[in-house]
Amino acid sequence: MSGYRLPQGGSHLDRSRPLAFRFDGEPMQGFAGDTLASALLASGRVLVGRSFKYHRPRGVMGAGPEEANALVELRDGARQEPNTRATMTELYGGLEAASQNRWPSLSFDMMAVNDLLSPLFSAGFYYKTFMGTGQATWHFCERFIRKAAGLGRATHLADPDRYEKTNAFCDVLVVGAGPAGLMAARAATAAGLRVILADENARAGGRLFEDGVHLDGLAPAEWIDGALREIEAGGGRILPRTSVYGYFDGNVLGAVERVADHKRKPAPFEPRQRHWTIHARHVVLATGAIERPLVFSGNDAPGVMLASAGLAHATRYGVAVGASVVVFANNDGGARTAIQLADLGVSIKAVVDPRREIDPALAAALGARGIRLETGAVVAATRGRKALAGIDIRGFDPISGALGANVMQPGCDALLVSGGWTPSVHLASQAGSAPVFDAALQSFVPGAAREAWTAAGACAGTLDLAGCLAAGLEAGRTAANACGKTAENRDISLPALSGQLAGAELPFPLFDVPATGGAKRFVDFQHDVTADDVDLANREGFRSVEHLKRYTTLGMAADQGKTSNVNAIALMARARGLTAPQVGTTRFRMPWTAVTIGALAGRETGHHFAPVRRTPLHDWHVAKGAEMMTAGLWMRPRAYIGPGETLRDAYIREATAVRQRVGIVDVSTLGKIDVQGPDAGEFLNRLYTGGFAKLPVGKARYGVMLREDGIMFDDGTAWRLAPNRFLVTTTTANAGAVLAHMEHYLEVVWPELRVHVTSVTDRFAGMAVAGPQARKVLQAALGEGDVSTEACPHMGIVRGRIAGAPVMIARLSFSGELAYEVYCDWPAGLAVWETLIEAGKPNGIMPYGMEALGTLRIEKGHITGAEMDGRTTLADVGLGGMASRKKPYVGSTMTQRPAFVDPERPVLVGLVSRDGQAIRAGSHLTLPGGGASLGHVTAVTWSPALGANIALAFLSRGRDRHGEVLEAAFPLKDERVAVTVADPCFYDPDGSRMHV
Amino acid sequence: MRIHCPCCGPRGVAEFSYGGDGTVRRPDLSVTDTDAHVAYVFERENPRGRHVELWHHIGGCRHWLLVTRDTLTHEITRVEMAGRFAGEAARMPGAGA
Repeated sequence: MSGYRLPQGGSHLDRSRPLAFRFDGEPMQGFAGDTLASALLASGRVLVGRSFKYHRPRGVMGAGPEEANALVELRDGARQEPNTRATMTELYGGLEAASQNRWPSLSFDMMAVNDLLSPLFSAGFYYKTFMGTGQATWHFCERFIRKAAGLGRATHLADPDRYEKTNAFCDVLVVGAGPAGLMAARAATAAGLRVILADENARAGGRLFEDGVHLDGLAPAEWIDGALREIEAGGGRILPRTSVYGYFDGNVLGAVERVADHKRKPAPFEPRQRHWTIHARHVVLATGAIERPLVFSGNDAPGVMLASAGLAHATRYGVAVGASVVVFANNDGGARTAIQLADLGVSIKAVVDPRREIDPALAAALGARGIRLETGAVVAATRGRKALAGIDIRGFDPISGALGANVMQPGCDALLVSGGWTPSVHLASQAGSAPVFDAALQSFVPGAAREAWTAAGACAGTLDLAGCLAAGLEAGRTAANACGKTAENRDISLPALSGQLAGAELPFPLFDVPATGGAKRFVDFQHDVTADDVDLANREGFRSVEHLKRYTTLGMAADQGKTSNVNAIALMARARGLTAPQVGTTRFRMPWTAVTIGALAGRETGHHFAPVRRTPLHDWHVAKGAEMMTAGLWMRPRAYIGPGETLRDAYIREATAVRQRVGIVDVSTLGKIDVQGPDAGEFLNRLYTGGFAKLPVGKARYGVMLREDGIMFDDGTAWRLAPNRFLVTTTTANAGAVLAHMEHYLEVVWPELRVHVTSVTDRFAGMAVAGPQARKVLQAALGEGDVSTEACPHMGIVRGRIAGAPVMIARLSFSGELAYEVYCDWPAGLAVWETLIEAGKPNGIMPYGMEALGTLRIEKGHITGAEMDGRTTLADVGLGGMASRKKPYVGSTMTQRPAFVDPERPVLVGLVSRDGQAIRAGSHLTLPGGGASLGHVTAVTWSPALGANIALAFLSRGRDRHGEVLEAAFPLKDERVAVTVADPCFYDPDGSRMHV
Repeated sequence: MRIHCPCCGPRGVAEFSYGGDGTVRRPDLSVTDTDAHVAYVFERENPRGRHVELWHHIGGCRHWLLVTRDTLTHEITRVEMAGRFAGEAARMPGAGA
């Protein structure tokens, strides 16, 4: 016999609504209001999971976020979620859960052999075993270890659910809606402040349900509902099922609301979870406290549970966690819990307490209920592997810590343990407050506040209900004062309490019981860290709390040591002969509880991961059969693939048209920056390697910018439109970076320059008309304007009109052909484009895409981002002549550093495949037959103009190697291509084709 | 984390991009000594405590800001315009506490 449903009771339970669910495929039943854990316990289920390292049988040990054992795989298919805490999972009809970390079944787990081999798996096992064995051993063993490691399995399917992100601004954020949090939120609301009250549970109230009292004559549930209504009526926002997981700089907190996790699946358009970024002027931390387990032999047996959890399961869900229950506690809370449980109808066999005496009133109450009290005694061992069968009670000397000789061995199926309370200081610690040790609590409480917060209630170390309510009220007033409000006029008062009031229930400083019988004594249940591991860490010198944590992995599991940290620190302190505050604690990091990636991503997934930018010609491209591709955020045509054509056919047709007749390409995506001011020429002179100050009005010039370290940053053209005005174009990819670069120099470095820069990237649509017939086409399309050689020489700029729209035309060439870039207002782009196409029809004009553009530029040896890869200099790409010697510019001095002038530096070369085989981008260049890499391939194409597979590459001493035969090796595909090194400008090296 | 922009008021950090150490000064254009440039580009203090940093309000007014921030506590005590608007500082409630 084990747990069962009590005939009545359960503040959270709706017994009129039974719910069917399945655990490991077995049909079970619970009620609305149950958690998965309470429903399992009520069904008599003891064994619910296997432990992380030793695969030990484990049962439910908690009733809230502290749960370290009852982790399950929830749901199936794409919604399968591993490591879900059964204690925080609200039951719904049709819930499917499976136990984890076992094979072939939970009851018979092959990997439990690890428990027998546990001497091998002590702290530092991996380091000790694989240090010095060499990489091969590790690589051989790694796959077995990886397979055995971890708990649940994540699904590989795409998440079908929707997640949302939102921001909230408030005066006071109250974290935790227990007695202190509710009072704080009431007080702050009464002061007229905007309040957000967040609690990770479905229902507010915290441990009020377990206190067994009435407030202002009301049962806890009624009083809580009244308080929530009052807060909402005052404009406050209540966020149930919301875990505030992180406290960030500037009083910004992160929270995740589990909007639909308590349903089988979210309703249509309902998010599964919502991420809140909460900006609060003041925060009240009413996060409560978590009960500590005690460390003794076999303390992980299924059926051993926190006393508070045993009580919560009875009061909230009407569940007796066992048919025969023993309580083992080092404080009066144990006896009080036993009395409350007995009054709820749970059969309590005994209370074991290491102290010589307990509160006489409690002792009398136990006696009146026929519960045996064993003082000066401890539970030294447990019996039963898959379910608790009994315990060994031994006499205990609280002075010496020695165990007595006598052993009592009562049978029991549940053991409730209390080692005192650990305030949940996590958020305060995240906010930079070093926790301080409270000797009375034998635990840490929040230290001095660094951000604007006030801790109240159990979180601040106040354990009794009256104290928590008072502290919450005070914290609410403090928050109001911090926000400049006084709560005098509409103040609220503390509720009158009636019933059996518990005191502060401070613990006797017992953390562990000496080992008996060789059974393990667990400190961290979720990561299977034992008291022996802590001792081992001490013996091997990993003594600081940071080393202890990392060497043993204590506190590093998904529960972040909620139940284990203080016990570990106490054990280490004793081993080192120090006090707990001397050992200290690690700083908590976010998150308080696990946060799904989905909640952090929100709606920014798939297509919505980044915004999509489209040019004004986008629809035209698509209508004409263009295969579109992304270039940064932009969509650009790759090629216009005709009927029966492949991509290769299409780009060859397009590139050939440009070389033989005329083509047109959308270049609206180029970055464009309007540079204006009396010092605009001087400014560009300082940024570009070439000279711009003396560029005449009406002329454009190609320019390269360097970074401060002398590496190439970006290239483009600058058009002098007026003495004080330039239009600068950048590469598509670097448009934003170049603007920020310019703004930095203008605002920070040379504030004396009278220049203003403005992004006009999407102010102007751009299109390049290229090919021997380009002038004819343009002239035919122009309503006004002249692009004759005289009016518009190479690099000249003219203005005109096309389709009635004003245009700026610069004679620039990227393809190596006679070419013009035409810019017009963005909305006029389509009309101008279509007019140019129409005008070009007699000349056989052909729109071309990125593939053809790439081929044309590779044939000319022109560089793009593949060559300007953040490692190359002007000299590397053969543009050393563009480095002005007459003036300094950004990066000029740094290019003289030794590595930049090393003659061995790889420089830009062309490659021609010798046997017609395609060269792969990313190949390394070696001597024929192999050897060390001499360089790498950056760009490849099949060139229609040359009828050959060609490539651009960086090659050490490349300029001396023209004509040499090398190999382009691509080991990942085991490919080697014989190539001849050539000049990077394959086509029309003297540039005669564009100077016509 | 929020930055009180002197131009835009308190804004979330996602609107800003970090611009590095705000205390280094670029050598004058006329300086051709490589060491001076190497120091400007590469050599940085790594202070524990008060640090002056450049931040670019890239999703807002696009001004460059000098932010005085404690690298230990992350507390921001002063935000002012860099360069040509130097001295224009944000009003920060509770700063300097």
